[in-house]
Amino acid sequence: MTQIADGEIVQFDNVGLRYGTDREVLSDISFTLHPGSFYFLTGASGAGKSSLLRLLYLAQRPSRGMIRMFGTDAITLPRDRLPGFRRRLGVVFQDFRLVQHLSAFDNVALPLRVAGVAERDLAKPVADMLEWVGLADRIEARPATLSGGEQQRVAIARAVIGRPDLLVADEPTGNVDPEMAIKLLRLFEALNRLGTTVVVATHDVHLLKKVPESLIMRLDKGRLSDPTGALRYPPRRETVRN
Amino acid sequence: MADGGLPPVVARSVMGNAVARGWRTLSGASANQLVPQARLSGPMPWVIAIMIALTVIAAAAGLALRNSAQAAADELAGGVTVQVIEASPQLRLRQAAAAAQRLRETPGVIDVRMVPQEEVAALIEPWLGNRGSKDEAVPVPALIDARLRDGVTGESLGALRRIVREVAPSARVDAQSSWLKPVFGAIDSLQWLAMALVGLLASATAAAVLLAVRSALGTNRETIEIVHLLGGTDMQIARVFQRSIGFDAAGGGAVGLALGLVVVLFLGRRFASLGAGLVNGGALGWVDWLLVSLIPVIGVVLAMITARLTVIRTLKRML
Repeated sequence: MTQIADGEIVQFDNVGLRYGTDREVLSDISFTLHPGSFYFLTGASGAGKSSLLRLLYLAQRPSRGMIRMFGTDAITLPRDRLPGFRRRLGVVFQDFRLVQHLSAFDNVALPLRVAGVAERDLAKPVADMLEWVGLADRIEARPATLSGGEQQRVAIARAVIGRPDLLVADEPTGNVDPEMAIKLLRLFEALNRLGTTVVVATHDVHLLKKVPESLIMRLDKGRLSDPTGALRYPPRRETVRN
Repeated sequence: MADGGLPPVVARSVMGNAVARGWRTLSGASANQLVPQARLSGPMPWVIAIMIALTVIAAAAGLALRNSAQAAADELAGGVTVQVIEASPQLRLRQAAAAAQRLRETPGVIDVRMVPQEEVAALIEPWLGNRGSKDEAVPVPALIDARLRDGVTGESLGALRRIVREVAPSARVDAQSSWLKPVFGAIDSLQWLAMALVGLLASATAAAVLLAVRSALGTNRETIEIVHLLGGTDMQIARVFQRSIGFDAAGGGAVGLALGLVVVLFLGRRFASLGAGLVNGGALGWVDWLLVSLIPVIGVVLAMITARLTVIRTLKRML
């Protein structure tokens, strides 16, 4: 995967988003995500977290403003170049979005197969990853036979297996017990130590304290506030202490 | 679940240039698994089998008609019939003999045959009954069958008329092909009909594939969106559907070809047993069989192109 140069992974500048002719669900969003950082995106339900994440994982174009991703203008990016950018992202969807007719193994292998990784090269990493998330014995299980927490872990394994430059996770601990939530956060931290920039959206304020080095973005009614200075450039790297 | 430690993500060398590999196909098992075959298949192979069978029958019929028309046209191309219409039997025979002799002496005429009176009587028997060879209550013209080397033209026919009328003033000279003109016209129309049927069946096949692909796209929309968001390209997804439809079309095409050939061979035998001149010339040659055998191949290609275009057009609406 392409090495990210020092600077920004993602830069939003005065971004607004509206669906159809409704009022804007995101207004005047400006921030910069830096390589190797860990961000929490917080806010009440309906604050616009999922909409912001959709912009981040390129499922949506904004109504206005500028987005740069990996040093490239993502707004004017031709549609046929989007797949290349999406392969540098790992996404944990709130509703997991696992392919129901594929096994846990095939779901985790999917991004590698899409990227053209040969079967002989993906078998071991996928099996190792499933073992790492504690699903070694559920490797052939279909999502419908897995519990919510197990599906969550498959979705996370799928998002991180390709060692993305940017990991975006939408409420990744929403369906698991507190103990499992901590374990999942440890996984994100481990990935973060490998150099991946991590953005975790959550409305669970207790979670924020579990990652000491994290930076916080807070959304309120579609507008971003900056309690830790995470969004400033250069960032102050102020952390949330236990 | 492992606590601490680094996750076993794939090495950068394994991912390699994956970012740039937008053109790579989803191949083999992964492609088959992506879209469940049972959802895409359903009645599709049978619809294609029926379409291909009908197309094979229509095409074979068109080709047989073309061959029949061609054989008849070749046979009649240089043929001229001379009718000596004379009430007196003796005069008629004398004039016919003289006309035949003049024709034999004419350059360009390669064969002249006086049609025996018994043969003429047999020809008109269905209309006038068995009159006996000596019954002259209704005079029957004497017939001469002549064949020209270079085919019959208006000019050569006019020259023959002049030559024949010098010895048989009441003779009628006609090109044989002119008698079958209406038949050739009808055969021509049937050929066009066969071609139109082949075209309509191809359109119907494409429409059936389009509906099947749209239905499959709807059913698998969630999967497609996921693959899209994981970096799958339109081409990768289109190839999965194209491949799936290709398998359906190949299976259906093989069954359709077999069905069509059974019908064509059966009908061919029935027509051959008629022993009629026009039908005998309608046998299919090896080029015709080759063309008929290509129909399922063309069907598969048509189905795959339709599937590809449909999927790509649908995916273009997604970001």
